[in-house]
Amino acid sequence: MATTDNEVKELIKREYEHGFVTEIETDSFEPGLNEDVIRRLSEIKQEPEFMLNWRLKAYRRWLEMDDPTWAHVDYPRMDYNSISYYSAPKKKEDMPQSLDEVDPELLRTYEKLGIPLHEREKLAGVAVDAVFDSVSIGTTFKDQLAEAGVIFCPISEAVQKYPELVEKYLGSVVPAGDNFFAALNSAVFSDGSFVYIPKGVRCPLELSTYFRINAANTGQFERTLIIADAGSHVSYLEGCTAPMRDENQLHAAVVELVALDDAQIKYSTVQNWYPGDEHGKGGIYNFVTKRGACLGDRSKISWTQVETGSAVTWKYPSCILKGDNSVGEFYSVALTHNYQQADTGTKMIHLGKNTTSTIISKGISAGRSSNAYRGLVKFQPGAEGARNFTQCDSLLIGDRCGAHTFPYIESKNKSAIVEHEATTSKVSDEQMFLCRQRGIDPEQAVSMIVNGFCKEVFKELPMEFAVEAGKLLEVSLEGSVG
Amino acid sequence: MLSIKNLHASVEGKEILKGINLEIKAGEVHAIMGPNGSGKSTLSQVLAGNEAFEVTSGEVTLNGENLLELETEKRAREGIFLAFQYPVEIPGVSNLQFLRTAVNAMRTHRGEDEMNAAEFMKLAKKVSQQVDLDPAFLKRGVNEGFSGGEKKRNEILQALLLQPKLAILDETDSGLDIDALKVVSDGVNALRAEDRAILMVTHYQRLLNHIVPDYVHVLAGGRIVKSGGRELALELEERGYSWLGVEDEEAAAH
Repeated sequence: MATTDNEVKELIKREYEHGFVTEIETDSFEPGLNEDVIRRLSEIKQEPEFMLNWRLKAYRRWLEMDDPTWAHVDYPRMDYNSISYYSAPKKKEDMPQSLDEVDPELLRTYEKLGIPLHEREKLAGVAVDAVFDSVSIGTTFKDQLAEAGVIFCPISEAVQKYPELVEKYLGSVVPAGDNFFAALNSAVFSDGSFVYIPKGVRCPLELSTYFRINAANTGQFERTLIIADAGSHVSYLEGCTAPMRDENQLHAAVVELVALDDAQIKYSTVQNWYPGDEHGKGGIYNFVTKRGACLGDRSKISWTQVETGSAVTWKYPSCILKGDNSVGEFYSVALTHNYQQADTGTKMIHLGKNTTSTIISKGISAGRSSNAYRGLVKFQPGAEGARNFTQCDSLLIGDRCGAHTFPYIESKNKSAIVEHEATTSKVSDEQMFLCRQRGIDPEQAVSMIVNGFCKEVFKELPMEFAVEAGKLLEVSLEGSVG
Repeated sequence: MLSIKNLHASVEGKEILKGINLEIKAGEVHAIMGPNGSGKSTLSQVLAGNEAFEVTSGEVTLNGENLLELETEKRAREGIFLAFQYPVEIPGVSNLQFLRTAVNAMRTHRGEDEMNAAEFMKLAKKVSQQVDLDPAFLKRGVNEGFSGGEKKRNEILQALLLQPKLAILDETDSGLDIDALKVVSDGVNALRAEDRAILMVTHYQRLLNHIVPDYVHVLAGGRIVKSGGRELALELEERGYSWLGVEDEEAAAH
């Protein structure tokens, strides 16, 4: 229908809200990657020997690898020598000792992003580790967390202060040579977050990291490592934005989660990297490896993601269910519009007895975008009595977008049970007509219908993220239906 | 209130309405009857502004304002309400949220404050009892898993909440058993008011026993071929449409 097509176009046209650039002096490396760059990076960060060796080993592995081509995405191969591998806001003196010493311009950036680091955060009960380009700026609520024995700090700090934990667990879930982007990240990661929750501790706050890529021609390679010791609980939130730039920027992160006996980790992401303009120019290449290991019996790892940004997304938060009776969950909303491409999903690897996993994936495609779910559910011989439930729903807005589902199931244990449901639907003309006939704006109607479609995932998000996610969908969709 | 002059409309290039003329005044209840395929539903859809239908000529005014120039949602805010023959489901969107969004869209249009969740809940509960719908339905997805009768009652619930100037009921009686028909009719009768008009589209006379119309029109072949009072409906029930020189397409097809 002609008018609804126009509505689609209107909805899709909305501009990226976080597209400002912060004018601050930065210390950056010249573009290019070689062993010297890695040595310099490691030196700036005053890393112990093992860390440098680990990076170099990863780099050598990476040199032997090629860009993966199996994903349902299409982008020009990058020149990895045109990227700068380190960019840090220039410090006036030494490291800031408190937030008062942080460049006010930088703090204003966070204000614009809606993440004040001061009192409002305290009221919200969120401790924020904000990563700006490559360096962690300031971590709030350290004291309160320290009382509970929780370690929450930039990973660069953890490398120095807790080398034994880092050495033991870094790369234990995502080995340096796991894949092309993980290898690159392992070689050049500049910062990220480190979390350790001691035995039996329920983390008193929701931990949060805000990532932002600011400098041009910079890659962001953050690395996150979360270890939940026996019987501990933690909920971790991550948000991402980047300024509007005509050139594409690379974001290749690695996140590793480790849950020991009876531990629970809930990891939530709202990813809103710059998606490029309405003609597909610019935007972030978001090539991320996220994996959690349920090492302990009865442990649980739950991934929830709302992906609305990035020009190209390649991301499969996964769970290795090693402990008996361990639980893996993946709840995902991926929205693409204009020329965005997403190939995202999960892997659930069942090793232990009576392990269970749940996958709920909601893909929404608008404009000329392409949105693929790719998932693997694997039962190894020891996975006696294991179960999986998978539900993949796709919603199409307009008739120029695409949705694809690539579910793989491999079972080497006859007692394993797997259920799979998949649907594809459109925001129908009838639904739109009903809403509009009741006086509701087309834009509000689309947003309401899409939010309804995502409800099962949104209810898994922590409260303040659920509100943000709903708003984000509204912003990302402004104007669509067909 | 509503004035339709020589209205022609088509869908996918096929002309369905071939010159409709109709005047409806505030406070009146009109019934439009006719065989299947005569254009009854098309007329209701066109009045409500469904863009699948193209108005090729004629004019429609609501209280003197050109209705055809207004988009669907603006017509709704001006007081046009359509109770759908086949209400569509919107999974995951709670009835309550949907209804409150609609009511607040109308209120905003009238320059009134929006109703907050608690106020609205109270109102919605009251009205749902009026149409014998368990308030639990308010928390379910819009029409999601509702039976045919529940969907129809949900439509009347919406009319009662939105308090339109002109309520168009498209085959609201179809698929209802006697008890549900009574509930729905009571709801519609509760809508009758001095400043409100009701246009009922129906295939069957039985609805008119419960909601007594002031005028009855027979629509056939895209035109109103006869108008009269309540007694016309009874005559149609007794004699069918053939005495009017009209062929019931459904009957002809069998």
